[in-house]
Amino acid sequence: MAQNTKKNSEYLVEVHDLKEYFPVKTGLFTSVPLKAVDGVSFNIKPGETLGLVGESGCGKTTVGRTLLRLYKPTGGEFYFNGELVTDKNIHRLRKEMQMVFQDPYSSLNPRMTVEDIIGEPLDIHHLYANKKERHDKIMDLMQLVGLNAEHATRYAHEFSGGQRQRIGIARALAVDPKFIVCDEPVSALDVSIQAQVINMFEELQEKLGVAYLFIAHDLLVVHHISQRIAVMYLGKLVEIADADELNSNPIHPYTLSLLSAVPIPDPKTARESKRIVLEGDVPSPLHMPSGCPFRTRCRYATEQCAREMPALTDRGNGHMVACWNK
Amino acid sequence: MAVTEKNAAQKVKENEEDALLSVRDLHTSFFTDSGEVQAVNGVSFNLKKGKILGVVGESGSGKSVTAYSIMQILAETGKVVKGEILYKGENILNYSKKQMEDFRGDKCSIIFQDPMTSLNPTFTVGWQLREALQLHTKYKSRSAANRRAIELLEMVGVNEPESRIKQYPFELSGGMRQRVMIAMALACEPDILIADEPTTALDVTIQAQILELMKDLQKQLGMAIILVTHDLGVIASMCDEIIVMYGGRVCERGTADDIFYRPCHEYTKGLLRSIPNVNNMKEKLIPIGGTPINMLAMPKGCAFCPRCENAMKICLDEKPEEMQMPDGHYAACWLNVKKAYEEEKAAEAAGTREADA
Repeated sequence: MAQNTKKNSEYLVEVHDLKEYFPVKTGLFTSVPLKAVDGVSFNIKPGETLGLVGESGCGKTTVGRTLLRLYKPTGGEFYFNGELVTDKNIHRLRKEMQMVFQDPYSSLNPRMTVEDIIGEPLDIHHLYANKKERHDKIMDLMQLVGLNAEHATRYAHEFSGGQRQRIGIARALAVDPKFIVCDEPVSALDVSIQAQVINMFEELQEKLGVAYLFIAHDLLVVHHISQRIAVMYLGKLVEIADADELNSNPIHPYTLSLLSAVPIPDPKTARESKRIVLEGDVPSPLHMPSGCPFRTRCRYATEQCAREMPALTDRGNGHMVACWNK
Repeated sequence: MAVTEKNAAQKVKENEEDALLSVRDLHTSFFTDSGEVQAVNGVSFNLKKGKILGVVGESGSGKSVTAYSIMQILAETGKVVKGEILYKGENILNYSKKQMEDFRGDKCSIIFQDPMTSLNPTFTVGWQLREALQLHTKYKSRSAANRRAIELLEMVGVNEPESRIKQYPFELSGGMRQRVMIAMALACEPDILIADEPTTALDVTIQAQILELMKDLQKQLGMAIILVTHDLGVIASMCDEIIVMYGGRVCERGTADDIFYRPCHEYTKGLLRSIPNVNNMKEKLIPIGGTPINMLAMPKGCAFCPRCENAMKICLDEKPEEMQMPDGHYAACWLNVKKAYEEEKAAEAAGTREADA
C-alpha cells in the first residue's frame, strides 16, 4: 500500500491545502466551479479548540463538512491521528470524529425518541453487546449533557432549543469521538441559554479531552471558547493565531475590521472604540477577484495583491498571516 | 414642602410633554386556541424627540409585540387590551382607520428583521419606493417620485441608485436590501423609526455599516428610533435609553450606563454575566439557569422568579412594581426593597449605637 497514508505527528487533525469546488451550471452543458474552500491548511492538537470565524458565504461550514466527507473534497489531504482520510476508511473514522449542527430544530429526526436519536450512532458502529448495555450507555450520555432520564422516551419537538442542542451533543458524544466539528452550535439559541451550552462544551472538553473545530460568526463566543482562532475570507484562511494574540494584535486588515465591527456589550468601550467600517459587500465567489480575495475592500491594496495571493507566513509564535502589506 | 411637591408634579408633566411617544401600561394579548397569551403585560416608557431607545430581551419577551402594538400591525388574534399609546398627547388607540393610515409611514415607520421577506419579490425596488412616496408625500407624479426615490437610495448609501431602482429585491445582497428597507421607511420623513432586529440577519461587517448609517441618519434627520434587539452589544453602542424586557414586562429602564454598570434587576444582572465580554474571557460564563418562560403559564408573581437564584417568598406571590433606584433609573425587583430595608435598618442600628455612646 501507499507509504504516505500513515505518519507520526503531534496533531490530531492535519489539513493540507483542502479544496472544495461546487459546479454551478451556467448553461445546458457548461458549468463554472464555485470555489467554496480554496486551499485551506490548519492543524488541531488533541484536546484543543480551534475557532473558525468569517462572514456568511466564506466557506467555514463547508470546511467542517468536507472534513467529515459529507462532501467529497476536490483536492487536498486530511490526516486524522496521522492517518490519511479517504473514502475507504471514513466510515470507520467517523467513530472518531463527529459533528454538532447549527439548527437544533432540523438536525433531529422528529419521528425518533431521544433514546433512539442518541442510540443511532451506537447502532451504526455496533458499540453494545445487548439491549441493557445500549440503554445504560444512553442514560450515561444523557446525564453527561444534563438531560433527565425521563426525557428518554420523548420526541425532539417537546424540548426547547437549548435542550435540543444537548440532545445533538449527546448524539455526537455517543461514539466517544476524539474530534467534534461544531457548526454554529449556539447561534440559534437565546442569549441566556447560549452560556449554558458554551459552558457544557468547555466542561466536556476538560472531562473527555475531545478536540473541537468550533465554527461560528460571533467573535466574542469564539474568543471565549477557543485556544486558537482561524479567520476565513472567501474560501481562504487569512490569519491564524492564539485567541488572545488575535484579539489584542490582529494583523490582517480583514481581521482588523472584523474585530472592530463586533458590537461590544460595554457602553464605555463602545463609545471610545472607533469602528473601521468596510466598504461594500463580499464579492460573489463565482466572480472571485484575482490574487488576494480581500483586495476589493482593502484600503492597503496594491498591484501585487491583484497579481498573487499571499501565502500564510509566520509572524512569530505561530501567528500566521496572509498579507503582502502588513 | 408644598412648593417642592408642586415642582415635582410640574417636572413629571414637563417630562411627558417632552416625550414624543409615551406608552402607558400597555397590555397586548393574543387569543389563541390554547388560551390567552399575555404577550405584553404592562409596559410603560417615554420616547423623547431625537433619541434612540433600545428594547432588549430574549425571544418571547414581548419586545417585538410592543413595537407592533405601536404600529397597530398585530396579527389577527392579537389585540391591545389595556393601556394608552400617546403620540404628541393623542391616544393613537382611538384613531380611526384613516388616521392610523396617516400615522403609519408618515409619523412612524418600521423596518423588519428579514429584508428578504419584507420586500415584495414581484416588484422592482423603484416601484416599492414610489408606492410609499406617491401615497404619503407631495411627490405625486411618477417622475417626481422616481427622482425622490433615487435621492433616498443615495442617502442610505446604495451605489448606482439609478440602475438599482430597476432591480428586483432578489438581485440585491442582504445589506443592500436592508438599506432599501430603511430608504422606504424614511420616504415620508417620519418622527419615529421603529427598527425590529434590523441587523440580526446580517454579517458583522454589514451590521456595522447599517448601524453607522442609522446613527448618521438619526443625527441628520433628528428622528427618534426605537431599536428592538436581543443583542446587548448593539444596544450598548447605539442607545440613549434602554428598557430590558422579560415575560412581557419591563424589568429595568435606564441609560446605557445604568443598565450595564449598575443593573438592579436579577434578570439584567444574569444576562450580563452570561455573555462573553472582553473582560471575562478567561473565566467561566455564569448562565441563567432554567428555560425561557412559557407565556401560556405565566407565574403569578415576578415573571423571572422561576429562574431567579435569589427569589424570595414575595416574588412567588406578588408582581413587583417599577421602583426608582437611588441613581434615578427604574427596576422592578423585590430584592431592591429588601436591600433598601436592610440598609435603613443598618443605619438605624448605627444611629442607636452612636446615641448609646
